[in-house]
Amino acid sequence: MSERDGSYVDGLREAVLQEMERDPSVVCFGLDVDDPKAIQGTTRGLVEKFGQGRVFGTPLAEDAMTGVAIGMALAGLRPVHVHIRMDFLLLAMNQLVNIAAKSSYMYGGSVSVPIVVRSMIGKSWGQGAQHSQGLYSYFMHVPGLKVAAPTNPHDAKGCMIAAIRDDNPVMMVEHRLLYPHRGPLPEAPYEVRPGRARVLAQGGDVTLVGISHALAECLRAQRHLADVGVAAEVIDPIWLAPLDVDGIAASVAKTGRLVVVDNGWTTCGASAEIASAVLEKLQGQRDVRVRRLGFANTTCPPTPGLEALFYPSARTIAAAARDLVEGRATGWLPAERADAVEIEFRGPF
Amino acid sequence: MSEAARIYRQLYRIRRVEEEVARVYPTDVIKSPVHLSIGQESVSVGLCEALRPEDAAFGTYRSHALYLAKGGNLRAMIAELYGKATGCAKGKGGSMHLVDVAAGMFGASAVVGTTIPHAVGYAYAVKLRREPRVVLCVFGDGATDEGVFYESLNFAALKRLPVLFACENNRYAIHTHQRLRQHLPEICARAAALGIPSERIEDADPFAIAARARAAADAMRGGDAGPFFLECMTYRWKEHVGPGEDYALGYRERSEAEPWIHGDQVAKVAAQLPPDERARIEEAVEAEIADAFAFAEKSPFPDDAELWTDVFREAP
Repeated sequence: MSERDGSYVDGLREAVLQEMERDPSVVCFGLDVDDPKAIQGTTRGLVEKFGQGRVFGTPLAEDAMTGVAIGMALAGLRPVHVHIRMDFLLLAMNQLVNIAAKSSYMYGGSVSVPIVVRSMIGKSWGQGAQHSQGLYSYFMHVPGLKVAAPTNPHDAKGCMIAAIRDDNPVMMVEHRLLYPHRGPLPEAPYEVRPGRARVLAQGGDVTLVGISHALAECLRAQRHLADVGVAAEVIDPIWLAPLDVDGIAASVAKTGRLVVVDNGWTTCGASAEIASAVLEKLQGQRDVRVRRLGFANTTCPPTPGLEALFYPSARTIAAAARDLVEGRATGWLPAERADAVEIEFRGPF
Repeated sequence: MSEAARIYRQLYRIRRVEEEVARVYPTDVIKSPVHLSIGQESVSVGLCEALRPEDAAFGTYRSHALYLAKGGNLRAMIAELYGKATGCAKGKGGSMHLVDVAAGMFGASAVVGTTIPHAVGYAYAVKLRREPRVVLCVFGDGATDEGVFYESLNFAALKRLPVLFACENNRYAIHTHQRLRQHLPEICARAAALGIPSERIEDADPFAIAARARAAADAMRGGDAGPFFLECMTYRWKEHVGPGEDYALGYRERSEAEPWIHGDQVAKVAAQLPPDERARIEEAVEAEIADAFAFAEKSPFPDDAELWTDVFREAP
């Protein structure tokens, strides 16, 4: 079977386009969704196809527009609300946490809020303090929200379709550096549904769980580790809430070593949740060694040298994983390899 | 039934329901906060007199009056206050989150100002589908301190959405007077500055409110007239939360309340009705209230398993 190839951007765009064709209740809006840049192409062509009633740019009013999305959903629409940076979701927290997450429960199941909130995490080219944050653990914390963080074109499309069809609020966590990534992208609509992690590389020595763009770094780290004879199993959680704890724990039961690499801070973060959930599950059955990696516990600096230090990289992940496997500080740091460097985007944006 | 009789029935019913809530409250059968509308009933009653059953309404944590005026189920409301499984939110919402989807009452929120954009979003859907419906958005003067108020009004004006904004201005956000929170007192002037026609009604006369709301709702229904903003001056007789009075706290004087108590709209409208018609209305309402409280009393509390339901809506 010949499989079609496409980018992460293609996956996001095609998912919304196909769902809008299938279901007239789907609408798409957000700051600049209908401008010439079309959110890096992810909303390209939607306004021409579906008109300004169903696709529109908004005022800079994240708080109210999130509430507007909730009101639309209460009236039977399925809004997709787009934010060009995840950092801007902080302006929408009240509506997301106090209303969207709680409506089904606090109104006794008499209403539902099927909204999709897309947001993009930035990295590199000096994104700095307020264009770089991966804040998904805030949403994982709250009952009533689902959180997807797809890492490849196939899952970008499948998670988006599943999110639109879900009767609950879903946070779609996207990463700017994943946008140009290419891979298999089936044309017919399909869902990548919540709660099932995927094993991307098999190995018996250590389990690497990578979240969002950190998964790409884990896949590169796996190659560095293979060079020194360490077999890493790489797992993509895909959905952070609900989280496939069983799937991750099954791998750790085999390897006995878990490295969780986050695209956010470790304190009270997704890596803390994943590690503790796995340990709770395996305690008494398996002795497990754990390491968490994530953003440096600082604000993200834009200057290139410090910015590079701020993030875990394939090399630092590999080094940490090898130390965990050997149970000592080996001092090993793999050399750069040309086939394991991210193609970072250039500015101005 | 004449308009006066309809309005009186609503006013009397809401007043008496809340008096009963206040009466039973010290017995602790209602183990959650209540924010009573006593003194403010005529605003919701006037507004809802202008609506049709298929219109939608969004309110605040002080929404007993709006819920009842919009046609919300009385038994389900009292059961909700009692925390019973038969409540409008199965005991999982409480007084601050009354909801009755069948009546078009889309829920109330405990966080001030939060439901304003919901009304606007609902109206967007109504307009997109070209339905001849309007959305009533009720909030207090406190909500007009919030940024979301301005963001929401701007978007409603921009898209010419069928929203009737109604500010119940009782002058107080909890215990803080509007003059200590806002540099300019004219709330409807701010709506006008955002391009929304607006009007202020000074005395909470339900007939005047109904007439103005009806004209606005009929103009925007199914068309492109866009939103209207009504500022309704009113007064909260009771404490911010709870069944009692709070003049002893010292943040306001009873003398401030007296003109409103003298001008009580429940008594005013009652005086317009023939005594026998009034008696018939009151008798029927009293029976309905007694039934609703009895229903709440005898209803069961939710099963323990209900803690875990409704976190998500699962596909059937």
